[in-house]
Amino acid sequence: MTDKKKTGHLNRRSALTLMGAAGLIGPSMIGRDRAFAANADATGQLVLAFSQEPTVFNPLMPHIEVDEGVYYAVFDTLFDFDPDGEFFPILAAEVPTVANGGISEDGLSWTLKLKEGVTWHDGTPFTAEDVKFSLELTMDPDFRSFRSTGYKFMRNITVVSDTELTWEMSEPFAPMAAILASTYIIPKHAFEGVEDKNSAPFNNAPIGTGPFKFKNRMAGDHIELEANADYHMDGPFLKTLIIKYVPDLNVMYTQFKSGDIDVIGLQYITPDHLAEAETLAGKVVTVAGTATFESIGLNMTRPQFQDLAVRKALYAALDKTSIIDALYYGVPTPTETYMPQQSYYYNDSLPKHEFDLEKAKALLDEAGWVPGSDGIREKDGVRLEFSNSTTAGNHLREQAQQFIQQTFAEIGVKMEIKNFPPAVMWGDYWMNSEFDSVVVGLNTLAGADPDTSDYFMSTMSPTLGGAGQNTFAYQNPKVDELLVKGASSFVPEERKAIYEEMQAVIREDLPFLPVFQYAVIKGWKDDVTGPAPNVNNRIDTWNVRDWKRG
Amino acid sequence: MLRYLASRLGQSLLLLLIVSFIGFAVLNLAPGGPLSQFALSPGMTQEQIDKIASQMGLDRPLPVQYLDWFSHLVVGDWGTSYRDGQPVLHVIGSHLFATLLLMGTATVISVSLGSTIGIFSALKRGSTFDYTMTVLAMIALSIPTFWFGLIAIYVFSLSLGWLPAGNMYTVGDGSVLDYLRHLIMPAVVLALVDVAIWSRYMRTSTLNVINQDFVRTARAKGLTRRRVLLKHVVGNSLVPMITLAGLQLPMVLGGALVTETVFTWPGMGRLFLDSLGYSDYPVVMGLLMASALLVLIGNLAADLIVALIDPRIRLD
Repeated sequence: MTDKKKTGHLNRRSALTLMGAAGLIGPSMIGRDRAFAANADATGQLVLAFSQEPTVFNPLMPHIEVDEGVYYAVFDTLFDFDPDGEFFPILAAEVPTVANGGISEDGLSWTLKLKEGVTWHDGTPFTAEDVKFSLELTMDPDFRSFRSTGYKFMRNITVVSDTELTWEMSEPFAPMAAILASTYIIPKHAFEGVEDKNSAPFNNAPIGTGPFKFKNRMAGDHIELEANADYHMDGPFLKTLIIKYVPDLNVMYTQFKSGDIDVIGLQYITPDHLAEAETLAGKVVTVAGTATFESIGLNMTRPQFQDLAVRKALYAALDKTSIIDALYYGVPTPTETYMPQQSYYYNDSLPKHEFDLEKAKALLDEAGWVPGSDGIREKDGVRLEFSNSTTAGNHLREQAQQFIQQTFAEIGVKMEIKNFPPAVMWGDYWMNSEFDSVVVGLNTLAGADPDTSDYFMSTMSPTLGGAGQNTFAYQNPKVDELLVKGASSFVPEERKAIYEEMQAVIREDLPFLPVFQYAVIKGWKDDVTGPAPNVNNRIDTWNVRDWKRG
Repeated sequence: MLRYLASRLGQSLLLLLIVSFIGFAVLNLAPGGPLSQFALSPGMTQEQIDKIASQMGLDRPLPVQYLDWFSHLVVGDWGTSYRDGQPVLHVIGSHLFATLLLMGTATVISVSLGSTIGIFSALKRGSTFDYTMTVLAMIALSIPTFWFGLIAIYVFSLSLGWLPAGNMYTVGDGSVLDYLRHLIMPAVVLALVDVAIWSRYMRTSTLNVINQDFVRTARAKGLTRRRVLLKHVVGNSLVPMITLAGLQLPMVLGGALVTETVFTWPGMGRLFLDSLGYSDYPVVMGLLMASALLVLIGNLAADLIVALIDPRIRLD
């Protein structure tokens, strides 16, 4: 606290610029292609705080974002995404592509080559059998598996040698690579003789191949991890990594100020603290975009929303700038799409939103929506009246709703606010599309892959008899066609064109009114190096192997 | 006495049964459930959620789930947590030390300090000391713990740098001194309100006793003030405090949610709230049953102790 040295903190604008730059310098910074190095010289301790508690330590079981904070330290995936969205190998010797023969031309046969000389934390050698076991466990009907997407197409996993395995796909499915990039590999030998794999001892004493070993956990407080001296990549450079659970965001920020926390993680610094945080001595504070976008989602089965003119008018009557600046302290970035602006697949030429009440009124007049006796517009017996729901108690969103309610009222649209506690809101009410409209923050991507079939494919709506997350009940044959085409192409340039077109179609169609792309305020002590924003991963520790102090 | 005990035990068991039934019903009828937190996970499908629900037995009718849970409970199996897969008793046990340390220290401070202040306030009724203490007690009772905790952190951690801003110990240290340094602020913040409560009760109770005939008799027969105070007044004015202490027992183990949150103390209060937030029914039910049990034990113990030391009370 005595050191008043001004540090290289960033303001939000330059931070966003820098994030782009981070994409460029990222790969060299993270040393992904540096040679295998000894790491017995790992020093120091680092306290990383999360506002939720990691409790699930088997990465293949259902878990939440914060649990992955531990997985990246303890486990490895076969390969992962860098901030640019490029793959880099971890347990794999090389990332399978059509070009290197890892994936056949038709996308149906995969060959995976693994690194040699990798060992588990208990000293057992890591082999292709472990990968086979992890993939098969994910598909095991008796196992409480986190995901089935993609895996339902996987067949005949065959171990060729200790460092090579192959499998077949029943359908070409390009997002499989991204799914594999978030599938952590667990040791087969830890499950030998275990009858019920859902309650294996491993689940609370994880053994991985990752940069840190799981040392102990104090429930409700912290998890202590220690450096894995035999790590197969460069790093780790920290002797001890403490993942600390701090349940309250004000308290978390206070402990960051007092120095008890070295890196402030998930849920981060709240926007109301940004101005002060940027002036803290000895701290680096930076704003980073995330893959989650905020939107007003419309239930497309409601008669009010069938008319494109209505959706366009509502969008024109949405005062985005005021919401972002007045309520969110200008931290998030306005967006026109579901695709994060840092993504390779982002379409940057979408028409820009303009807040224009006159235009909104004109659109409705033109389409024949005329104000009734109470000023609410109607057409063919349908009144422009609907409810809007979100999580009760999310004050920023609740204020945003009131804001939106007012501007909508000015164009003759009545929006009633109808909020629920999280469990009700995101239960059947959301899944079965029982809402009229919602304010929701969504990440529609499965990892870094641009495929969003789960959310936008017409067959994925539970209320229309599907089994996915298309809760807006959006049906557009063109989007369906593009999704199918995109998921079966393995060439990034080809896919970029497909998904850019899709973003344009959805921007024109407006099944949801995009508001902004979320950004979070990260902070760490200025003697810490390594933390780097990566929109392609769910949590900060994606490169914890590279973090160091001093 | 034995008949009294038997009937109290019978009542207690019935009460526990009712608590368990209502608790289970309320928890499970509330919308959401343990799997709703995964609904917004990338790549999660309703189909997959339904499959997991069926594997966990959550799709069975409620009475079946209740009977299943209850039949395990009576043979000592409290179930396993949905969150981390650990046995419920282990989960509760792992938070017990932190809670006992914090609540125990706070209780010792509040009872000893509160009783002393209460006795002296009563003895010197109307004095400056009495008035000062009354005003301080009112202030302490009206300050929200959350605010007081944050102010304490601001002053003693951020500004003065004397004490850590929270946590139970420094990872990698964990010496007795380290624990003490971390314990001071939360324990004092927590004790403050209780000191106020205990001193008010003790003052009233002492005033009652002082004006009794036997105290006047003791003074009249020539005992010194000190002797009357220690032998006759204090002992008698503590009797009603035993009942109060009996009510305090479940609180000692129940933890203090606000203080635990402000000082990131891994105690029982946080466990309860977190388990509720994640719909971790087995742990919530375990905590509910444990605290119901403690309420009953605390009350029973207080009644028995009062009966033992106060000859005017007979348990029949």
